[in-house]
Amino acid sequence: MTILGAANAVDTGDTAWMLVATAMVLLMTPALGLFYAGLVRSKNTLNTFMMCIAAISVAVVTWAVVGYSLAFDGTAKIIGGLDHVLLNGVGFEPRDGTTIPHLVFFAFQATFCIITTALVSGAVVERMRFGPFLVFSALWSVLVYAVLAHWAFGGGWLAAQGTLDFAGGVPVEMGSGFSALAAALVVGARKDYGRQALLPHNAMFVLLGAGLLWFGWFGFNGGSGFNTGNNSVLAFTNTLLTPSCTLAVWAILDAIRGRQVTAVGAATAIIVGCVAITPAGGFISPAWAMVLGALAAVPSYGVLVWRTRTRIDETLDVLAAHGIAGFTGIVFIGFFAEMQWNGIADGLFYGDAGQLGSQLVAGVAAPVYAFAVTYGLLRLIGAVMPLRGPDDHEAVGMDIIHHGEEAYATGEGALLIGADYTPPEKVAVGDRT
Amino acid sequence: MKMVIAYIRHEAFEPIRAELLVLGFPSMSVSEVKGSGRQKGITERYRGAQLTNYLRPKVKIECAIAGRDVRTVVDTILKHARTGGVGDGKVFVLPVEEAYRVRTGESGEEILQLHSEAAKEV
Repeated sequence: MTILGAANAVDTGDTAWMLVATAMVLLMTPALGLFYAGLVRSKNTLNTFMMCIAAISVAVVTWAVVGYSLAFDGTAKIIGGLDHVLLNGVGFEPRDGTTIPHLVFFAFQATFCIITTALVSGAVVERMRFGPFLVFSALWSVLVYAVLAHWAFGGGWLAAQGTLDFAGGVPVEMGSGFSALAAALVVGARKDYGRQALLPHNAMFVLLGAGLLWFGWFGFNGGSGFNTGNNSVLAFTNTLLTPSCTLAVWAILDAIRGRQVTAVGAATAIIVGCVAITPAGGFISPAWAMVLGALAAVPSYGVLVWRTRTRIDETLDVLAAHGIAGFTGIVFIGFFAEMQWNGIADGLFYGDAGQLGSQLVAGVAAPVYAFAVTYGLLRLIGAVMPLRGPDDHEAVGMDIIHHGEEAYATGEGALLIGADYTPPEKVAVGDRT
Repeated sequence: MKMVIAYIRHEAFEPIRAELLVLGFPSMSVSEVKGSGRQKGITERYRGAQLTNYLRPKVKIECAIAGRDVRTVVDTILKHARTGGVGDGKVFVLPVEEAYRVRTGESGEEILQLHSEAAKEV
């Protein structure tokens, strides 16, 4: 976050970039849909994608109604105020501390809330009912995301005690990752989990989705300085460097473990790298960003391998890719933040051990809060409406059950239902030909 | 010699394959098929067009075995494929005139013997 002088006017260059960055971050959610949809079985393709699409609608509405206000109105310790409810007071004048119109700031932050809400769905795909997911995502976007965003971005207690989080290691990455773990535990494993091979149905989608996510991430990290200044430029370039190094190390880990470099692994590595640099983007030098990329591959790879050996069906490994990599990035700042590059703070390596303390506080508080609230919230929703359907719904697939569509419909044997249509049920069984 | 042909639900396939392997029947052909029976159709909607599809996806298993093994194989299939609902499928047992092993040219019921070590080789 950049601190600006008294002259607080709208800057056209900054605003132009932020308009583009906002659209780029919005693209990340359909990209995530593609990434997730490729990782599930074909019968659940549309449902998985639809959870991401639905998150756009749900999170934008909750964000406009109350989420934005709770996150960004005032600098109270725990939660913001209600003065910006329904975009009250959000207009063309610059947002405090930035040179962009408040409306653009709102829209940019909204896209963060959307993608984070969509991310959590990765833990519950292929079995959670669509309706309860919508209820969950609406409440989650306010109770978890808006609160964590206030802590880290809105001047809440984490920001006040010095936690550096450039683009969302706290609310987005650790927020989604540890919520995903809680969600997987409450919703429970898929019926066939651990008994059958549940394979990604289209690795092409996974790679394409990861590529588009990476593209969007330049807006995500590059826009989180809210200007076109040094920190933004640094974050932008680091978004290129870090994931590339993660990709290289991931490939080596893959090769050591299985003698082959996998495509789905490469796609995962891109995400892990982008996540790791998210909190650190504007705070560490390009050279340290490359080190972070290489380093971040190891814990996430480890958690991913460990998780698949457990009974925890955190289906699309949001914890490993987002929670753990986000934690790595947050803590890395504590060691290698460099005043010379960021103009704000030094880490342990450059003489300020206190910064590491501030980072570790965030590294503990965010996961605990996200996990606990998500766990309680889903238990509560589960008490009111079933989170899952019967086993045979899971067997048929979520697409047909919840959406009445198939991703790969052939039309073979399909009868159009018209006005003069007589349902075959009324024909006696013996008369059928 | 008999040919067992079973049309079953997708989710029944994996348990059947696993148990047949343990019992010594690793050899089978499997195909994805579509068919219609008494099972209700699926209603789908695309951009305002509503349609019903009576062709439901099933798995077809073909398994050539010695006559004395028919009971074992059929029972295994029935056990795992039955949910009690309409659409569980059908099992047919057909006579087989002759069987040849391509690799050696051998023929007769011996080439369809139990392969009791099959599960251990996987």
